[in-house]
Order: sequence, then C-alpha cells, then structure tokens
Amino acid sequence: MRQVFGNRRAIAFFLAPALLVYIGVIVVPVGWSLVYSVFTGSPASGFAFAGLKNFRALFADPTIPQTLWFTVKYATVLTVGQIVIGYSLALLFKFVLRRSSTFIRTLVFFPVVLPTVAIALLFAQLFAVTPQAGPVDSIIHLFGGHPVDWFVSGSHAFVVIIAMDMWRSVGLFAVILYVGLLDIPEEVIESARIDGASGFGLLRRIILPMSRPIVAAATIFALNADLKVFDSILALNNGGPGTATTPLNLYMFQESFNYDNWGYGSTIALLITGLSLVVTVVVFRSLRRDITKD
Amino acid sequence: MAISSGRVESAVSTRRARVTRARPGRARTVQLSRKTLTRAIIGIILVVEIYPLFWLLTSSLKTQNAFVSQPLWTIPSKLDFGNYASAWTTAHIPSDVINSLIVTVSSVVVILLLGAGAAFALEVLVFKGRGGILFFLVGGLMVPAQLVLLPLFEIYFKLGLNNTLLPMIITYVGQGLPLTVFLMATYFRSVPRELFEACAIDGGGTYRCFFSVALPLVRNGIFTVGMLVFFSVFNDLLVALTFNSKPSLSTIQVGLLNFNGQYGSVAYGPLFAAISIVIFALLILYLFINKQIMRGLTSGAVKG
Repeated sequence: MRQVFGNRRAIAFFLAPALLVYIGVIVVPVGWSLVYSVFTGSPASGFAFAGLKNFRALFADPTIPQTLWFTVKYATVLTVGQIVIGYSLALLFKFVLRRSSTFIRTLVFFPVVLPTVAIALLFAQLFAVTPQAGPVDSIIHLFGGHPVDWFVSGSHAFVVIIAMDMWRSVGLFAVILYVGLLDIPEEVIESARIDGASGFGLLRRIILPMSRPIVAAATIFALNADLKVFDSILALNNGGPGTATTPLNLYMFQESFNYDNWGYGSTIALLITGLSLVVTVVVFRSLRRDITKD
Repeated sequence: MAISSGRVESAVSTRRARVTRARPGRARTVQLSRKTLTRAIIGIILVVEIYPLFWLLTSSLKTQNAFVSQPLWTIPSKLDFGNYASAWTTAHIPSDVINSLIVTVSSVVVILLLGAGAAFALEVLVFKGRGGILFFLVGGLMVPAQLVLLPLFEIYFKLGLNNTLLPMIITYVGQGLPLTVFLMATYFRSVPRELFEACAIDGGGTYRCFFSVALPLVRNGIFTVGMLVFFSVFNDLLVALTFNSKPSLSTIQVGLLNFNGQYGSVAYGPLFAAISIVIFALLILYLFINKQIMRGLTSGAVKG
C-alpha cells in the first residue's frame, strides 16, 4: 500500500504542475511587486530606484484617504445588505414558500451568472436622464418627486452602485444562506414549536444562533469580494464624478496604466492586500469570540 | 328534486362546519394579512428581478428616433430588429464570444486537472510536508489579483506571449488554483479512505486509483467547482482588460465595455441589443444548468 500512496514519482506527477503554475503566477509576482514598490516608472518609460518615495507619496496623496474611505463604505454597506437581504430571502424560501421556492430561487440567482459589464451598462440606462428620463426617474416623477441626475454627485452615484451590486449578487448569498438553513435539523425546529416558540421568538432563539457559522462564513466571503470591487464601477461610471466613487482597485489600475506609474500602482496594491488581511483577521476574531461566548 | 335539495343541504352544512371550524376573528385576519404580505413580497421580488430584463429587451427593439423622442419606459410601437444586426457586426460580438469561450473553457479544464491532481496528492497520498504545501497553496486566496498583475504583464511581455490569449489563460489558472485545491481537498477528505485502500489492494497503481476510483467518486465536486470557476473566469474584467493588447483579443466583458466607449451615449439601440444578446444567451445556458448549480450549491460539501 505504501507503494501506491507513497509513490514519489506519482506525487511529483500530481503536485508539480499545480505548484509550478502557482509559484510562477502568484508567488514570484508577489515578490516582484514588492520590488516595484521601491521604484518609479514603468517598463515602457524605464524604472528608477526611489527608495521609500512611493510609500511617502501614498501617505501624502489626498486621493488615497478618499478612495480608501469609499472602498470601506462600499464594502460595509454592501456586505450588510447582502447578508440581511440574503438571509431574509433564505428565510422566505425555507419557511414561507417551502417546496414551491424553486422558481423564485432560480430567478433571484440568475443575475449572479451575468457579465458585470452588461449589468452595469443596463443600470446606467435604468438610471439615465438623457436622452430621456430612464425608468427610475419616471417612477420618481410618477410619485411626485423631483427627477435626480444620478451620476452628477458622488452620493447619488453611490446609491446606484449599491442598487446595482445588490441586484447582481444578492441571489448568491440567498442560496448560500438557504443551504445553511436546510442544515438545521427539522426535529430541533419542531420541538421548539411544540415548546411554544413561534414566529420571531423561534427565529431569534433557535434559527439565528444555529445558522451563525454559515452567516459568519458568508460575511467574510462577502467582505473579501466587496473590498476588491472593480469591474462593475468601472463599467457603470468609471468611479466618477472625478474620483468620488473610485475604489482603491480602480485607482490602482488608473495610476498604473493611464499614468504609467507601476511603482506607485504596486504600492497601492500592497495597501489593498493589507486592507483585506486586516479586515479578514478582525472579522474572523470577532466572530470566533462570539461563538465561544455562548 | 329530492336529490338536489339534499345536495343543497349538504353544501350548506359543510359550509357551516367550515365556519365553525375556522378560528374566530383575529387569527383569521392575521392569517389573511400574512398571506397578502407574502404575496406582496413575492410581487416585489418578481418586479425587481424581471422588469429590468423586460425593459432591456423592449428597448433593444426601439429605433434611435424612439429613444430620443419618447420616454424610455415606453414599449416600442413597432419592432426594429436592425439594432441586432448592427450590434452583431460592429461590436465584434462573434469574435468576442469565441475568445471568451476559448479562454474560459481551456482555463476551467486546466484548473480542474491540475487542482484535482494536487488535491489528490495532498489529501490521499502520504508524504512529508503535505500539510505545509496545502497551507502554502491555499494562502494564495489572500493575494488580490492587483498585486500580481503588473509583474505578470512584464513577464508575459518578456516571454513574447503578449498578442495571444495565453496570458489570460495562464493567469486565470494560477488564480483559480488555490480555491480549487482547497475545495477538491475537502471533497477527497469526505471519501472513505477504505475505498482508496481497496483499490491499492486490488492491485491498482497510483495513477489507476486516481483516474478510475478517485475522480469518479468526486465528480459532483468537480462539477460544482468547475461551475464556480467557469463563471468567475467568464465574468472577469480586470485580467481580461489588463492583457487586452488588441481588439481581436477582446472577451465579451471587454467588448461590451469598449462598445459603450466607442459609441458614447449615441447608438442606444445597438447598445441595448448587444447587452440583450449576451444576457439572453446566458439565460438559455442558465436554464439548462440551473438544476446542477442548485444541486451543487445545496449538496453540502462546500459549506464554510
């Protein structure tokens, strides 16, 4: 048996290709990126050693706090929305619609498989004001409100961005959390019901505590994905007006390719990496403490 | 006559019985309003999910004139399929679709082969340091794509790979491996070890045990992971845009983005038509594989 499971040549055969690609595409470039961050310039214009200049520039750049704040605000609002609405939908599937939830589940999940650019272009038109008022402004007008020019101010554009990304992604979280609810043993819910728990009490005392692990996992997953937002905003309004709705990722991309400054781009990329790491660790810790408290 | 009056009587009595059986007053209205509330929520969900797509479809059949002169929510008075023809030819949709399919399918196949092999070695085979290597590989989940893009750009340029689709495929494979290895390892872990031992005792070699025993046992897992990877690669913009050195290498995402930029906000009809083609083609694909997606997601092996 050791011949079969400890066969060195076979181990190399199965493991080496994956390891080689992984080292070539992830590990080496990560180190290379660190080197870039102490240079200025690009391969096209040539590199010059800059020491810690990029890091000093990072702290002095007024756009950095702005894009960082936008990224955090976006990720927080969207994650809360994804989890709260996703969980509500999951409860609806499990306890109200029960077996007949298949159609609604299929429908709500569909936007998840669509290209983000297509969705962004669609939402840009839904909220359009030219050449004619789009459907959203028409509805506002119908209820007697004033039409809004959605892409002229950052706070209005933020509303569109959140609406778009909720529409695009909430189905995924609804289904993930629905799976979590399916895992709660039917006997537990049944015996709680016999003991007189119902409605909100049943939800708060039995269902929520029992689905905490899956909610925790979904939150970390959502935050990590939301902190890396790029394509939907790029296609919707390119982070405008100005840099009012530019996330860190988009700023890094623009600095690197539009302004040809790879060293600074790599420094911003390091900031993004640090941010994801910190957020993951903080969320993970707080959730674990929560679980051990009970 | 007697029969019919008997029928009436029994109908009356059942109705009376129903009335007395039903809970009095409050509980009934609560139940009724709950039903209305559920219906209202479902109605809102239906409108929110379907209306944008319906509006997209009707708008794609409008003439340019109708866009400028009529409110955008109106349904076109006559259908104009010309938008589809011009979107199809001017937006390079056929070549974008082919590029997307080549890149996505080859990335998914390579990721699954390499990922399943590595997970098998790390989970089933026995050697020193396998825990460390698994940790090292899965650590890649922490690395955002932005951090590796610029060096990769230079590496591909030096290797002379720019102006091909290879940079995209190689990058997707590298980025997809950590999650794939992690998930496939959990699938292999859930297979009873006796099955692999039985294969070894029956005289199967390592390769035979992998291809004829291990792979068929985790085929649901392969399908689920494959679907996850498929949609994440197909819907990626960052990598596709970075390595997009000429229009003939555009994927659907990049093509749609350029289509919008190229025509500004002028050619509404073809823009709506281009989005419609992509969305409704995916809708058909989705309806075919939706059952497997739901089964994969609800099968319980990828839970956090």
